[in-house]
Amino acid sequence: MIQPTHSSRRILLPARGWFIYLSLSLALALNLIPFGRLPGIPDWFALTLAFWCIHQPLKIGMGTGFVFGLVMDVANASVMGQHALAYVLLAFAAGGLSRRILWFPLAQQALQVLPLLLGTQLVMLLIRIGTGAEFPGVLYFLSSVVGVLLWHPLNYILLLPQYRPVERDENRPI
Amino acid sequence: MSVAGHTPPPFFKRGPAPFARLVFFISLSLLLLVADLRFHTLEPVRFAVAALLWPLQQAVLLPVEGAGQAGNYFSQLGSLQRENADLRQRQLAQANLLLRQAHLDEENRRLRALLDMQERIDAPARAAEILYAARDPFARRVVIDRGISHGLETGQAVIDDLGVVGQVTRVFPLTSEVTLLTDKNQAIPVQVARNGLRAVLAGAGSGAMELKFLPANADVQPGDTLVTSGLDGIYIPGLPVAKVASIDRDNSFAFARIECTPLAGVERHGQVLVLGKRTPPPMPEEPVEEVRKPAKGRKPR
Repeated sequence: MIQPTHSSRRILLPARGWFIYLSLSLALALNLIPFGRLPGIPDWFALTLAFWCIHQPLKIGMGTGFVFGLVMDVANASVMGQHALAYVLLAFAAGGLSRRILWFPLAQQALQVLPLLLGTQLVMLLIRIGTGAEFPGVLYFLSSVVGVLLWHPLNYILLLPQYRPVERDENRPI
Repeated sequence: MSVAGHTPPPFFKRGPAPFARLVFFISLSLLLLVADLRFHTLEPVRFAVAALLWPLQQAVLLPVEGAGQAGNYFSQLGSLQRENADLRQRQLAQANLLLRQAHLDEENRRLRALLDMQERIDAPARAAEILYAARDPFARRVVIDRGISHGLETGQAVIDDLGVVGQVTRVFPLTSEVTLLTDKNQAIPVQVARNGLRAVLAGAGSGAMELKFLPANADVQPGDTLVTSGLDGIYIPGLPVAKVASIDRDNSFAFARIECTPLAGVERHGQVLVLGKRTPPPMPEEPVEEVRKPAKGRKPR
């Protein structure tokens, strides 16, 4: 039985594989938009990956994070393996915490996702600082905070295809 | 009940345990990190993925370009006219120099021939446009719209109308990455234009640069212009690079702390010029028998 949150009484349709991968690819494309050095642009892919790892831990996991992370590394002109490692750790943590996080209402879910995203950024920071790059400033971590603020609308958009009933029936909870 | 050495088969096949998978992927990522940073063996992979990503990146670039064009469209006519007048004035001011340039070049060549010196080689240049700044917050790189198919190579110097911008560090079929001078891992040999004092200028992050390893009593003043010294064999000598902003001569340190600001519009977007690869002048022949040094395994940048 799939619900938006475990405490919800609503039952969802099963998630479709193609929709999951489409949303992940769209998030990756959003990540490719060059904003230059503007702080506070959320890491769309990390956010979407965390969402699917929490909601579908059996379908989406570390392998997806690793492959998309490598693509991100090339597109971002960063060190190979930087995003891959960070996304693998994010997928592991999100998948492991999925049963716990889904018991909370959305606002508190966002609070629980914040340390995951911050951890992802911290891993990338440590890798790059360890290899002699400059510290980009504290505003670098703003992107996680902005990302978490988008958790509510993201939940709505990504669960939208699962909300739709196959056929309308007034006496059924779907 | 399981007999020793036998466990009942699982009801649901879910592959290896999450922790085992985590360890596998982490070790794979670390392997990639080491291979990329230490041995630089992943360039072909990067090349292939970048080629596949090219259409997607172009598609993503469209809204950004559209926004820029919309901004241009709504920019005031007045500001354009002012810019036009400004450019005209600058052109007039430079006409004097430009008109005499050909004459001076010719004279210089003759004098150099008389003195039997190496002729200074003019590197061919190629105009390019900065597409966007790479979305990597840890480095200062930009992507330009010329690549291997236009004859670009790694190591070429990139300048704009005011001075040196950086160096091509990675080439793709249709684009290249330029590492800016302000990147922390980028260094350039310079000399002070006023007195010819040679030094190394390195990026200090956050848009500034630092003149390194000069003693506290070095003859450098705020406002001094730094030009390339050409000792590296990459940059043509005499290109303006930076201006000295502030000097901190603290006696408790061995070296003076000299902060500089780049002259070129390093952090701005626009047109740049990619200079052709400079062939360094041949070393003078040594009359004595050469002493073999053990070759060092460092790759030249």
